[in-house]
Amino acid sequence: MLIGISITSYLIASVLFILSLGGLRNQETARSGNYYGMIGMAIAILVTVLNPNVEAYGLLIVALLMGGFIGAILARRVKMTGMPELVAILHSFVGLAAILVGYNNFIEPNALTGSELIVHNVEVFLGILIGAVTFSGSLVAFGKLSGRVSGKPVLLPARHWLNLAIGLICLGLGYWFVAAGSSQEAMGALVTMTVLALIFGIHMVLMIGGADMPVVVSMLNSYSGWAAATTGFMLSNNLLIVTGALVGSSGAILSYIMCEAMNRDFLSVIAGGFGTDTGSPSTEKSSEVKGEVTAVTAQEVADLLTSSRRVIVVPGYGMAVAHAQHTVFEIANTLRGRKIDVRFAIHPVAGRMPGHMNVLLAEAKVPYGLVFEMDEINEDFDKTDVVIVIGANDIVNPSALEDPSSPIAGMPVLEVWKAKTVIVSKRGMATGYAGVDNPLFYKENTRMLFGDAKKMMDEVLKALV
Amino acid sequence: MKIGIPKEIYPGEKRVALTTEVAEKLRQLGFSVLVQTGAGLDSEISDKEYLQSGCEVLSSAQSVWAASDIILKVRAPEPQEINLLKSGQTLVAFIWPGQNPDLMKLLSATGVSVVAMDSVPRISRAQKLDALSSMANIAGYRAVIEAAHHFGRFFTGQITAAGKVQPAKVLVIGAGVAGLSAIGVASGLGAVVRGFDTRLEVKDQVTSLGGEFLELDFKEEGAGLGGYAKVMSEEFIRAEMELFAKQAREVDIIITTALIPGKPAPRLITTEMVKSMKAGSVIVDMAAEQGGNCELTEAGKSVVKFGVTLIGYTDLPSRLARQSSQLYANNLLRLMEELTPAKNGVIDLNMDDEVIRGATVIKNGVITWPAPAPKLSMAPIVPKVAAPVASKKIHKKKSGSARAVLFTLIILAGIGFSAPPHLMEQLTVFVLSCFVGYLVVWNVKASLHTPLMSVTNAVSGIIAVGAILQISSPNPTVQILAAVAILVATINIVGGFLVTQRMLEMFRQKKG
Repeated sequence: MLIGISITSYLIASVLFILSLGGLRNQETARSGNYYGMIGMAIAILVTVLNPNVEAYGLLIVALLMGGFIGAILARRVKMTGMPELVAILHSFVGLAAILVGYNNFIEPNALTGSELIVHNVEVFLGILIGAVTFSGSLVAFGKLSGRVSGKPVLLPARHWLNLAIGLICLGLGYWFVAAGSSQEAMGALVTMTVLALIFGIHMVLMIGGADMPVVVSMLNSYSGWAAATTGFMLSNNLLIVTGALVGSSGAILSYIMCEAMNRDFLSVIAGGFGTDTGSPSTEKSSEVKGEVTAVTAQEVADLLTSSRRVIVVPGYGMAVAHAQHTVFEIANTLRGRKIDVRFAIHPVAGRMPGHMNVLLAEAKVPYGLVFEMDEINEDFDKTDVVIVIGANDIVNPSALEDPSSPIAGMPVLEVWKAKTVIVSKRGMATGYAGVDNPLFYKENTRMLFGDAKKMMDEVLKALV
Repeated sequence: MKIGIPKEIYPGEKRVALTTEVAEKLRQLGFSVLVQTGAGLDSEISDKEYLQSGCEVLSSAQSVWAASDIILKVRAPEPQEINLLKSGQTLVAFIWPGQNPDLMKLLSATGVSVVAMDSVPRISRAQKLDALSSMANIAGYRAVIEAAHHFGRFFTGQITAAGKVQPAKVLVIGAGVAGLSAIGVASGLGAVVRGFDTRLEVKDQVTSLGGEFLELDFKEEGAGLGGYAKVMSEEFIRAEMELFAKQAREVDIIITTALIPGKPAPRLITTEMVKSMKAGSVIVDMAAEQGGNCELTEAGKSVVKFGVTLIGYTDLPSRLARQSSQLYANNLLRLMEELTPAKNGVIDLNMDDEVIRGATVIKNGVITWPAPAPKLSMAPIVPKVAAPVASKKIHKKKSGSARAVLFTLIILAGIGFSAPPHLMEQLTVFVLSCFVGYLVVWNVKASLHTPLMSVTNAVSGIIAVGAILQISSPNPTVQILAAVAILVATINIVGGFLVTQRMLEMFRQKKG
């Protein structure tokens, strides 16, 4: 009877999770989607807590309350520009939990024998492996995104061999673990594997360079799902399997979409170790300076904007870093008040995670009727008087289309240079996250507005009013 | 080949199918051009100017029709003109084959070929020879001018020493080329302009010209094939009529341009609505020729009923003859360029060419109308087509089934990661869930990708369930580890859901 209730509840929770993801298909249903997720989670946790086998309520409740408290604080405090970091660190928590649950499961005595024991041991091993890769990889991603670790790719010599070696050793350790005679021996194998998997996770994310960060974040999202699913196999818990699979496939699709947006090969990303086939970025050829840049002042930018009819704003990570989105929207509003058509163009990989720019613009209350995706707006640039590029670089780099030797060759970009005038707001002449020089800056119709994006946009706004 | 330009004989028609600039360019294409004397007079082009641009001016219509291989005209030929046609000639004009089956029969009996400027397919490539659009643009302009002429007040609001003047309120129904043109002109004159159209995608175009787009509290998409409107449902029409009735009491000027291809114009303005309008108001019914959008319109006339001036002129472009002739002649020139790819003065009605195929309604006496439906180069909902970036295209082609294949591969990889071979029950659950996830997540909008990630993140905190089941172990190590696992997983759950909530709160459409 009790088992029936708990299975039914898990089933309901699974359905609610599916509805939750489905709800996100558009803005209108997104919030109810989130509520479905919350309800599903509440049911799942409650039913589990009420399980007759659960007795250590003191510890359990303390852990639940503390976790909930910390989570609530994190969610309230985080700035919208800090979303990628938050998501990355949360991924690492899932990985960590997967490791811990895996170890517990190994330590706990069980009554399995024969092939069932082998299967179980393989599950434990894999669960910890995936959990460890997710954990350390997400931590490094967090470090990179929050600027604690350098964004430059760390390229060890023979890195592919290193990865391969780790993989093979883990395979061997797995065999050793399953076949181990004593539990000490098995524990040794398990710990060694965990350390290696952690190293692998760190290495994998460290060697990924630059603009590929959105792919990394969504890939780790996928991995955290697979970790949960494996844990489900280990515990023979269908709810975990369903949920993990949902999250895993969702993350995989996101990575695929991101890859497509950057013209990268999908399978090689899933396997890890991408961003390496293009050789080291910023080779001599592509970093040749092709002329002089023309700098302008905020006042001149304001004049240019006032005398135009069609304006497109292209935001990038720089806008997020400078927190310039509110000012940018005020500029847009001022211009729209003067019957100037202002729109926003979003590149699919602008920012450091999928949909990053949309979130920021929504925070600044930009109506989403004004926000267009690359495919919707790319044809309109030649009919546009002024394009303002704010803190974006690689996504507006013409060498992606013009220079086959460029590391970002073939990546679809916003063709801003077709507009009459392009204003690029940038702190200095540094290259973008991908480390590639941008010929856009040297084009005749490009004007550079040097300085912190927020500060410069404030000045432009002041000059406009 | 010789191109002939007869004088238009339809009563009141002032346009001519040729300007001097176009005459010169036609000669560069290898044609010689014959013009009937006085053909351009109503468009302020004299015979002398035609002579100077290298045309031959002939004294009678008969001589022009007899000597020409190709006849360029504005209006469809009258019976006496059809008698002048002879087999082997090509006639270019507005024909309206759908509305004029008898004319089509008469024309085909003469054995000529006929290119109808009204049947040019509405695809991007054919825009430069789209005479309907260029005429509609002029008609929209002229409609506002006619309305202003009959309207006893300013369009723009003014505060003068002699008192305050309210701006005129103009309602434009139908935001096609003519409607948009009218909206632009009326708002340029300073009126408060409202636009309505059943096709929601024109909203931006209306607002970009300074109009306010009126929307029904009703969801139905009115875009038909090729950028035209389609017939709407009864409920929609009821809601629409309510809106018009309300607007009629408020606005000073109504300009209607609503047409549905191949059907009589929809009745949108009833007698009741006309009665409810303020005295001195003006209605310009641009659909008068097709039966009128207003019940009281009289085609071709301007009448006053219930104090409201109803303008039903069917010759609005002709009332701006010089402008219309210039644009129409340019459209004809583009057509002739399409027809003579070799620039040797010999036309080729290449029926494999989509544009020529669509416009050619009779070929050597055989009726070829209607042409097969145009390939949709202009998507009805989103008229922008992605820029042709080669690499992108390759990816696009892969989508569909290849996408599913790829996905299956990932799942297999996932299985390799996570599943032992003989737990088939769990495997089934797993694979099915993957596919559910696959189907659900593809529908997520790009702008919601970040909320999607944070929700899935919160959901993956479900791993806490595993830890909760372990926490009651007698082994203290296990207890501690499980407690830590619960702790971090809960951070995930609560943090993930709350931050999603925060984000979604921000994603609300503000009125732009």
